[in-house]
Amino acid sequence: MADEVKLHGVTGSPFVCRAVIALNLKGINYEFVAEDFSNKSADLLKYNPVYKKVPVLLHNGNPILESLVIVEYIDEVWKGVPILPQDAYEKAQARFWAKFMDDKCDPAIFKVISSHGEEQAVAEAHEALQFLENELKVKGNKYFGGDNINLVDIAAISIAYWIGAAEEALGIEVLSKHKFPKLTEWSDNYVNCQAVKDSLPPIENLVAFLKKRFSKAE
Amino acid sequence: MGEVKLFRTWSSPYALRIVWALKLKGIVYETIYEDLANKSSLLLEYNPVHKKVPVLLHNRTPICESLVILEYIDETWNTTARFLPEDPLARATARFWAKFNDDRVVTSIFRAYVTQGAEQEEAIGPALENLDIVEKQLIGKNFFSGESFGFLDLVFGWIAKYLGILEETGGIKLLDEDRFPHILAWKDKFCDIPVIKESWPDREKLITKFQLMREHFISTAAGSS
Repeated sequence: MADEVKLHGVTGSPFVCRAVIALNLKGINYEFVAEDFSNKSADLLKYNPVYKKVPVLLHNGNPILESLVIVEYIDEVWKGVPILPQDAYEKAQARFWAKFMDDKCDPAIFKVISSHGEEQAVAEAHEALQFLENELKVKGNKYFGGDNINLVDIAAISIAYWIGAAEEALGIEVLSKHKFPKLTEWSDNYVNCQAVKDSLPPIENLVAFLKKRFSKAE
Repeated sequence: MGEVKLFRTWSSPYALRIVWALKLKGIVYETIYEDLANKSSLLLEYNPVHKKVPVLLHNRTPICESLVILEYIDETWNTTARFLPEDPLARATARFWAKFNDDRVVTSIFRAYVTQGAEQEEAIGPALENLDIVEKQLIGKNFFSGESFGFLDLVFGWIAKYLGILEETGGIKLLDEDRFPHILAWKDKFCDIPVIKESWPDREKLITKFQLMREHFISTAAGSS
């Protein structure tokens, strides 16, 4: 029986993008179901009644929710091109940093974007980003996953792509090459990975989306 | 299997998850109690990002974040009964509910406990709605993990003791027996498990601590308004 894989999402969400990268990395055929937040599909409300949010992965009709849970699920079900390390300690480290992205980095980035680069918000984002900058510096690898991308790289897609788009859309500076040389270098490499390139919305579209969503009320 | 140490406080429910996990797996470990008002240099070295407990030290390498530690313990000491199910879909579902507990249930109940007056009244609704969702999860099951005890029971376990403490010190009643019969039934079964029964911190000490914590939060909030 062929696997039926659907992903409910929106192209403007870095959380949805995490799931798309994982699917593309593993070469999985799937159907993308575009959601409209002003008119959520019956399926979305049925499969994610608690949060009513995207992404939602449907695998043979079974829902999997929460972007990092989805990425781990994809890694466990589809072998080949591993997303998580085999070693239990390395795996714990990857999960730690992925959770750090979810709990600290992404909320801080969101605050910067929604406040149009307000000083305190930028300072808090920088504090969070500095931990990741140090992690890259200390490990000295191309990616958080070493020679190949892993769960942490996937989790950190908002840093590599959404920050740049927001900087352009709102005329702010968040991730300067001077302050974050390692993250800048990592971003450049990362967005050029084939699986990642295939997963990203066109930059002009994302810039336009962010401009519209976060434009200050006049 | 190597040297195991656990950095904890006497009262942290997150650290208690790890105490339960270590004991259930029969793992020999050393406890290092931290005073969060005066953190040891070791804690700051092992958890520089969050500076929090619990931290598990296994052969001198630190693992942080209670849910990450639970999965690490489960995968490393994998010859004894596993906490998480084998099936990927069941694992994903368990991880979802663990995140729901940590992100929504805990925060909404904490908010109801740490506020007063109109603000507290407003906070009770969301706390009860989240508990309704928790209640539904137990329908047709003995434990959160199903027929037998597992990962999700370790995650939701704080409810069996700490919720009562928060209710008493916060002056709120959440766990009504008509609305939450399954949670109450689970609580009895969970508390009967020997490892759980023997590991709770002293109740009176917890009451004093959470009373003081609430007063501190309320006075801080008043000061900043």
